[in-house]
Formats: sequence, C-alpha cells, structure tokens
Amino acid sequence: MREPVTSPDASRTLDGQLQLRIPSRAEWVSVARLAVAGIAHRIEATIDEVEDLKLAVAEACTNCIQHAQGNQEVLVTFEIAGRRLTMVVEDGGKGFDGRALAPEPLGEPKVGGLGVFLIRSLMDEVDYDFDPLTGTKLTMTKVLGQ
Amino acid sequence: MDIKVSVREPNGKSGATVVDLNGEIDVYTSPKVKETISELIDQEHYRLVINLENVRYIDSTGLGVLIGGLKRVREHSGTVNLVCSNPQIKKIFDITGLVKIFGIFDNEKAACESL
Repeated sequence: MREPVTSPDASRTLDGQLQLRIPSRAEWVSVARLAVAGIAHRIEATIDEVEDLKLAVAEACTNCIQHAQGNQEVLVTFEIAGRRLTMVVEDGGKGFDGRALAPEPLGEPKVGGLGVFLIRSLMDEVDYDFDPLTGTKLTMTKVLGQ
Repeated sequence: MDIKVSVREPNGKSGATVVDLNGEIDVYTSPKVKETISELIDQEHYRLVINLENVRYIDSTGLGVLIGGLKRVREHSGTVNLVCSNPQIKKIFDITGLVKIFGIFDNEKAACESL
C-alpha cells in the first residue's frame, strides 16, 4: 500500500503571485472583488480585512475605467509575501494622475475623490506611478493581522 | 452582481418616500440607483429614506449617488436619511466623514420619524 503523498514544509507557504486581467468595463469590477476575496480568505484574512481589500481593489479598477483613456483592459497583480498582500492595478492606457486626486479631509459633501480617499484610508501603503504615455500603476499593500 | 431597487410610501405622518436597495452598489449598478433617486426628486419627493439594510457592498460611486441626491433635495429644504446597521457599510460612512452629513439610523421607523 502506498503512503499518502504529503506536502513538504516548503509548499506550506502561500507566498506567490496571481494575476487577473479584466476588460476595462464597469461590469467586470465585481470580478476583481471576488478574486481578492478568494485570495484573502485563502491567507486567512479577517472579515474586516477582506472587506477593506475588496473596496480598495474595486476603487482602483473603477478609477482606471473612469479616468484612463484608450485602455482596453485592467491588469491586477496580487502578491502575497508573508502577511503582506500587495495589489498592483495597471490601466495600460493614458492613465489618470492619482496623485492629483489625493484627498484632503472631507468637509462638505463632495462626489469626486472619494475613491482615492478610501484607498488611502484602508490600505497601509499606497504608491502611484503615473506616466502619461504608459498609464497609471497603483501599488497598494495591506499588512494582515495588524 | 446586481442591485434591486424599489420605492414605497409607508403610512405615517412623516411623508417619507422609502427607497429599498438590495444587493451591491458599485460602478456598474449605481446608475440604476441614481436614476430612481433622480426620478423621485423630479416628482417632488424631497423627504427620502434610503434603506441600505440589504446592501452588502457600497463603493465611492454609490456614495456619490447618495451625496448627489442629498444635494438636490436640500435645494428644496428636503433631506435624505439612511437606514443602515451593517458595520461594514457604516464603517465606509465613518471613514469618509459622511456620518456628519447623512442621518444614519438602525431602523426605518427612526429614519422616517427624524425627517
């Protein structure tokens, strides 16, 4: 009788990279949310952390879809490193300058700028790399269990 | 992922129009919510209660629709109250400071009575 195959210790780590490429259209943003929810559950994020990650990735994808010009798709890369989950959202178009949308504390009700405000509030590290020719690359990291 | 939107006018002295939302409010679904609220305001319903009890998710586009509705009814001395007891949803209103702008209540009765 053969011994059951057991995973070596090295395979227990969940570190790694996943990528999702969605059409640059509103109806596909929910798929990015579902993807990050699945990944977050896999690495045992809390319910609050899962909700934060879902909102952050959706806001980033929404910005790409609403503001970038000429892009056909949005590329989302998820990178797991220990308890750090980094999401990189790239529009591949002419981009939008997220730095310009960096919010001030909200006072009077405003419709614009809420998405970036939420991303900065919910994620631990946020970095925009904006190039008018190649588009926007938003990198955001959440450290789980803080 | 979709959103169901329905409108009713409960009996009572409040004169409130209640908008029940069920589902997720994001960049794809928020136009449907916006359309309903805009139509109500066009029909001179200025005392609105938006029931978010069955909303599982809302993002900035959804918040934008609610803010837009509030701005419009305020032009007619009206207001928008929200019904929301889901801590995940309430957290978003807390973070954005919108708790100071909307009346947020745990139940519909309180939301209608405070209009």
